[in-house]
Amino acid sequence: MTTENNVLIEVKDLEKHFKKSTVKALNGVDVKINKGDVVVVIGPSGSGKSTFLRCLNLLEVPTGGHIWFEGQEITDKKNNINKMRQKMGMVFQSFNLFPHKSVRENITMAPVKLGIMKKEEANRRAEELLQRVGLPDKIDAYPNNLSGGQKQRIAIVRALAMNPDVMLFDEPTSALDPEMIGEVLDVMKELARDGMTMVVVTHEMGFAKEVATRVIFMEDGRILAENTPREFFENPENERLRSFLSKVL
Amino acid sequence: MKEWLAGQKALFVLNFINDDRWRYLTDGLVLTLEITFFALILGLTIGIIIAIIRATHDNAYETMSPGPGKVILKLLNIVSKVYLTVIRGTPVVVQLLIMYYIIFATSNNKIIVAVLAFGINSGAYVAEIVRSGIMSIDKGQMEAGRSLGFNYVQTMTGIIIPQAFKNVLPALANEFITLLKETSVSGYIALQDLTKGAYIIIGRTYSAFMPLIAIALIYLILVMFFTWLVGRLERRLRSSDH
Ligand SMILES: Nc1ncnc2c1ncn2[C@@H]1O[C@H](COP(=O)(O)OP(=O)(O)OP(=O)(O)O)[C@@H](O)[C@H]1O
Ligand SMILES: [Mg+2]
Repeated sequence: MTTENNVLIEVKDLEKHFKKSTVKALNGVDVKINKGDVVVVIGPSGSGKSTFLRCLNLLEVPTGGHIWFEGQEITDKKNNINKMRQKMGMVFQSFNLFPHKSVRENITMAPVKLGIMKKEEANRRAEELLQRVGLPDKIDAYPNNLSGGQKQRIAIVRALAMNPDVMLFDEPTSALDPEMIGEVLDVMKELARDGMTMVVVTHEMGFAKEVATRVIFMEDGRILAENTPREFFENPENERLRSFLSKVL
Repeated sequence: MKEWLAGQKALFVLNFINDDRWRYLTDGLVLTLEITFFALILGLTIGIIIAIIRATHDNAYETMSPGPGKVILKLLNIVSKVYLTVIRGTPVVVQLLIMYYIIFATSNNKIIVAVLAFGINSGAYVAEIVRSGIMSIDKGQMEAGRSLGFNYVQTMTGIIIPQAFKNVLPALANEFITLLKETSVSGYIALQDLTKGAYIIIGRTYSAFMPLIAIALIYLILVMFFTWLVGRLERRLRSSDH
């Protein structure tokens, strides 16, 4: 069904060995992510989920293997990583909004300074995106005056403002009070429905079941299982996955 | 009492009015402010550059892949450390004299020599202040900036430094006030700054009390004024992110 030119990200033999660490955080990860995929990554703490995600945009530099994004090798030093990152949005557990800048500046700073958009166009885009996530009235607020759920929705908007081809999420709801998780997941679900390619590390199994096109289970720096959500949750073949699911479901 | 007042008035006239001697103080004040201002700009520039080199080395050196970039960073860091050690380990007067008599022995633009000496001196202190500010910023800020596509320098100057600056503004203000007072040794290279102005008056009038109290008051008022100004700036910056 999927043809080669549908592949957005390809990962081969990915390894990451942190200095001063005795074991490899990633130990041979192979995966293909197609356009429009919503890939959810789950696994126990320390299994390498964040490291995998952060290697995709080179926030962590792999110690082995290769990653291609839109046909260009990210892990090749000759390629301009800054240019490639413009097309890969990232959302962090701890939001990482810029506290000294207003919501508007947080959103428009990158597109304007990096020459993607004129200031007016970026402003319009910010307003439109804020409307979509239900926060149009916060455009002139400062991050420190917002709730966690609002901050995360704005962090998502900040990444979207660059018109990325893929969005990477590292436990976007883990730092939130329970009553705010829903509002962030709703935004992510809408994004998925609109066809955004997403890679999401999360403990929200409901999200995985509802919107994932594929679910990946990691342990000890490897992918142990990978399937459609239905097969993944209803017929888990892997023994370790079964034991993990029995703990989290 | 009346006699005492009359005596004071005579001294005042002698020290400040006769031969327009007040001009030594006003001209001196202008020179003091000039040197301080340009030394401040130079010190901030040097300080921020050195701080970025040092912080980059401390944060990223370990994880950098081998190559010319890594070697250059190592060298820059060594140069920065030597600079910091030498400048902070010797008195500013000695640095000023070395600058004047040895390094710029053939130049006779004393103001530039003083600006360089005080600026290079101040830069060392600014560097350590700004570095501590950079280190105080959560590393998620750098990651957020980089993930949007900014390069390292853009993220540093656009996102990290502004926040670091705000955090260390009180310490920088202190450094600026120290700099202002330290320029009072400019007379060592025959510059007629505020302190030297008083010294010249004393040399003419053989009366030390009024000129010295006058310049002490002028320095004090300047320092109080700048302290007030920085306080206002700080409040404005803080109100921007509540
Ligand atoms: N900067 C680092 N330096 C050294 N070791 C690290 C670093 N980051 C992660 N590790 C190690 O790499 C392994 C994988 O970590 P990673 O953060 O990717 O796990 P994770 O699956 O995201 O876990 P969690 O669910 O707790 O977030 C762990 O053993 C961790 O201790
Ligand atoms: Mg993690």
